[in-house]
Amino acid sequence: MTFFADIIAATFRNATPLVYGTVGETYTERAGVLNLGVEGTMYAGAFFGFAVAYQTGDTWIGLLGAIVVGLIAGALMALMTVTFGANQHVSGLGLTIVLIGLSEFANRLLFTGGSLPRIEPMSEWDLFGFLPDPLATVAEQYGLTYVAFFVVVPVAWWVLMKTPLGLSIRAVGENPEAADVAGINVFRVRYIALMIGGALMAVGGAFLTLAVLGTFTLDIIAGRGWVVIALVIFGRWRIFRGVLGALIFAAVYSLGLRLRITPGFEDIPNEVMLALPYLVVILALALSGRNVPYPGAYLKPYRRS
Amino acid sequence: MTTSGGRGDLAAELRGITKRFGDLVANDAVDLDLIRGEVHALLGENGAGKTTLMRVLYGLTHPDAGTIAVDGRPVTIRAPRDAIAAGIGMVTQHFSLVQPMTVTENVILGRAAGARLDLTAARRAVEEAADRFGIAVRPDAVVEDLSVGEQQRVEIVKALARDCRVLILDEPTAVLVPQEVDALFGTLRRLIDEGLSVVFISHKLGEVRTISDRVSVMRRGQMVGTAAGDTDERELARMMVGRPAFGVDRQEPLWHDGEARLQIRGLSAHGGHGLAALHEVELDVHAGEIVGVAGVSGNGQTELAEVLSGMRRATAGSVSVEGQELVNRGPETVMAAGVGRIPEDRHASLVLDLPVSLNLIMERIDDYAPRGHLDRTAIGAHAEELIERYRIKARPNDRVATLSGGNIQKVLLARVLSRDPKVVIVSQPTRGLDVGASEYVREELLARRAEGAAILLMSEDLDELVSLSDRIVVLYEGRIVGRIDAADADPEHLGMLMAGRATEVGA
Amino acid sequence: MAENRIGRFGMITIGAIITILAVSGSAFVIAGANPIAAYEAYFITPLTREFTLLEVLNKATPILFTGTAVAIAFRAGYWNIGVEGQLLMGAVAAAGIGQLVHGWPALVVLPLMVGAGALAGAAWALVPALLRVRLGIDEVVTTLLLNPVALLVVQGLLHGPWKDPETGFPESPRIAAAAEFPQLSEFIPLIGRSRLHLGFVIAVVLIIVAWYVLSRTSTGLRVRAVGLSPHGARFAGIRVERTLLRVALVSGAIAGVAGVSEVAGIQFRLTEGVSPGFGYTGVVVAMLGGLAMPGVLLAGLLLGDLSVGASSAVRSLQIPSQVGDVVQGTLLLVVIGALAVYRWRTTREDDRPPDEGEPEPEEPPDRPEGAAPVEEPPT
Repeated sequence: MTFFADIIAATFRNATPLVYGTVGETYTERAGVLNLGVEGTMYAGAFFGFAVAYQTGDTWIGLLGAIVVGLIAGALMALMTVTFGANQHVSGLGLTIVLIGLSEFANRLLFTGGSLPRIEPMSEWDLFGFLPDPLATVAEQYGLTYVAFFVVVPVAWWVLMKTPLGLSIRAVGENPEAADVAGINVFRVRYIALMIGGALMAVGGAFLTLAVLGTFTLDIIAGRGWVVIALVIFGRWRIFRGVLGALIFAAVYSLGLRLRITPGFEDIPNEVMLALPYLVVILALALSGRNVPYPGAYLKPYRRS
Repeated sequence: MTTSGGRGDLAAELRGITKRFGDLVANDAVDLDLIRGEVHALLGENGAGKTTLMRVLYGLTHPDAGTIAVDGRPVTIRAPRDAIAAGIGMVTQHFSLVQPMTVTENVILGRAAGARLDLTAARRAVEEAADRFGIAVRPDAVVEDLSVGEQQRVEIVKALARDCRVLILDEPTAVLVPQEVDALFGTLRRLIDEGLSVVFISHKLGEVRTISDRVSVMRRGQMVGTAAGDTDERELARMMVGRPAFGVDRQEPLWHDGEARLQIRGLSAHGGHGLAALHEVELDVHAGEIVGVAGVSGNGQTELAEVLSGMRRATAGSVSVEGQELVNRGPETVMAAGVGRIPEDRHASLVLDLPVSLNLIMERIDDYAPRGHLDRTAIGAHAEELIERYRIKARPNDRVATLSGGNIQKVLLARVLSRDPKVVIVSQPTRGLDVGASEYVREELLARRAEGAAILLMSEDLDELVSLSDRIVVLYEGRIVGRIDAADADPEHLGMLMAGRATEVGA
Repeated sequence: MAENRIGRFGMITIGAIITILAVSGSAFVIAGANPIAAYEAYFITPLTREFTLLEVLNKATPILFTGTAVAIAFRAGYWNIGVEGQLLMGAVAAAGIGQLVHGWPALVVLPLMVGAGALAGAAWALVPALLRVRLGIDEVVTTLLLNPVALLVVQGLLHGPWKDPETGFPESPRIAAAAEFPQLSEFIPLIGRSRLHLGFVIAVVLIIVAWYVLSRTSTGLRVRAVGLSPHGARFAGIRVERTLLRVALVSGAIAGVAGVSEVAGIQFRLTEGVSPGFGYTGVVVAMLGGLAMPGVLLAGLLLGDLSVGASSAVRSLQIPSQVGDVVQGTLLLVVIGALAVYRWRTTREDDRPPDEGEPEPEEPPDRPEGAAPVEEPPT
């Protein structure tokens, strides 16, 4: 019984960065832009969030720092793809490369010397400790995890589907000409979507350094950004479905980790377990098949002719 | 039928509007007055500058010179937002609707403010506008499920919901059958009664004379003049074209009873969204004949051309050329069987970023690459030859993207017709072309016909269809509902068939 | 008109150069060095001595391979970002063969290794390619996701069956002597002592062959057409799916050979760190080179130069080597941005009027076409 409780708890925890990233990238892609800078943005969010928290001694200010970095990253991507109209694949990859390089550079400058800098990480909320045990284990999550599932996801869905801004974002991603003719500032909306996305992605990265680990390591994001891209497609650009994908991925990942220390499974190489989530995602994509409903203006820069 | 519009003050005034695109002067110091409460037609051939002028008025393009005044006050219009604020609305030729969204969502796009989307209030507003102007729309329907006529009505309601006082309609009847055109004109009259002013862009003389109070004629970027709506047709044509409109001589049918070169049997296919677009189409085209396919866009002509070109799968049926079965065999086989294809979407069917010379050999690369190595001399010579023969205004190394619409079409023609195809599938050959280019294209098609090619022509231009074809079939909702000899064709009957109101016996 | 264009091009270029100088200069200053000295150390110094110059070529070798692999794929509109993983699989194949062929003659072993590596890289590229061609699934995601899986395969082998029995470290046993790529200094007397090996020659030859095929052959024309206008290519009878599949496999194969080159030329065994991101750097090289082969060559050499300069500057100027990454990334973004701005400005100049009555080009129903590669270089 504790086995399942542990896994479910781990699933929510491990899904958190993916949820932030997926919601952020969904906004971006709904506006018609593929942002391959996710990996770099999460990385920069993780590092700069940590660095700010380290300097100020306050993890929440660190989180704020991560958000700022994410906004800047989103704006930079918008500058390249929306204003300049550069190829989106390339701009995103370039952004990832720059952000990772910048983070590692700053890391070297700020944290040279022997020991790994640490901060007091955010703690998990024990609000529901009074619940009977399996539930209590599951409910012991970081604040940011609660925020992700109970605040960010519903608010993000509501904003996208029920507000004028969300309507504009969706219109701009389906048919920017129509939006323009209707008087919407296509460029501004795309900037906003990219910046919202960037901020969320950065928070997803910062979650790992500020809450889970309390420190920064070079391989901290480990490809989660790329997984986010897959999850958005799996989610068919819908918030809830994307979150579902994140949960499935995290579940497989958590299961794999747990099985490594379970009697009877020790002989299976670690690496197989670690590879499983990626393979599951690829399988899921393969099964969802043709005719995936891409947003109408996906990948096309908008130029008023 | 005309009424003299209320002789009041001016709803809008354009002065000295000039707009250049590179070397082309689309608008040359154009003046236009719009009197309040009138229907004012803007008439001219393709390329005359009518659309550009209205795009300037609506803020989609910036003029190089000129001023605009609305209700007597000068205004600066830099984006559609400014035009909307000045009370100007526009229904563009290609609808500006977000297909997956509902009618209501489309109407409030860009208008909603604040934190919440109040869809209930919006729906009520849509219903009110619809009732007030007598326009039938369904607020909760998803736009992509609507017919073209309905979508156009949504566009109009969109403009009206923004309290526009001036409504611009760009070629609104291009996608409507005659009966829907009548409904549109009724709507316009009701709008005028409510105090709006309408600018109506068209190249169709008959309609213009029916609905407008005044007509302004443009030709080659210049404003030729403004006349009353009931001016004599020949006078208007003269203003439009600068010379008596030429016609194409009726040709005698060349084929006699014999084997059909192109035989289509029981052809069915899906369109977008998996819905059936073609239903058991049956058709023969003989050598030396042009068969025209009439039909409002969206009734299957596009899909028919795509299936015949090898670009779309058919779900059933057969297409054979001289006995060789071609259905679902792919473009390569279709071409090899001697079928030339001149597609509707020129830009997507060429490789715009490659030079003219390479595009001209794209259908037969291996013929110009012995042992895999591209023979640039031969490719260049081939290009020079075709450029001269087809009078393409381009050099062999120019990127196709830099060519004008007419020359792009000529590149396609040259590529296809220079191989003397036995069968030609041609779609919308003169769409967007100027008078000279259109004339050239039609002559080429007739020349092929005289040389014995079997030609299947799809065109939304009924006049062109009737003048070029020997026989005409009408497609409605993917089925052939009429087959007539072109000589017996009469626009009203064709219109009925195209609207699905009649079925020809024996179709 | 032409002057206008040159003037504009000049302004954009100047703007780009200023931005690069500003950003990288700031990075140098922040790192505590004199920018002028830093630029010299990074870019010029490596070219001044024979040893470092050869090392530049050596550092360039893997990214010349991956740059070529990426450029070919991107030209076809196939976004192969899985080069990193394909390289790793090539390295695995090389290490595997290398352990089996003790005592075999080099003339047999070397082609065998290269062939096996190419095959392994192509095999790793196969699944995403099939998913794209049969099911229309975006290859960006599938190729990307296989990169970490490839690394896990390497790690699994190194922590398991291939763990070096002597040292116990997670690295494979050394490959057979015959499997080592000969060092060029053995063959070319002019070249002094250096690690420069056969891989460099293979890479350059591949670039030349790729250039020839892309610009001068019918196959290359088909690839270019598919990349620039899939619909137009299909309409003209080109088999788009078949072309994409072939391009994907060739791209994977070249990446695989990159892996062979690193194992057989530098490492002589398989290690976890065999590729510090060569695949992703290959994307940078391809883009900086404008997806054209001569550009790939120049960009690869440039980044090789940068790499050598960066590591020597660590000692001479006490700047962390990561500054090199910052410079590289900035270079990429600025170049992409400048090219895009240039394209944007020139298209506005020659704007064609809206053809009245002309339809918008329609997207084919199944998949979105990715935006075309940055620029079509002159053939």
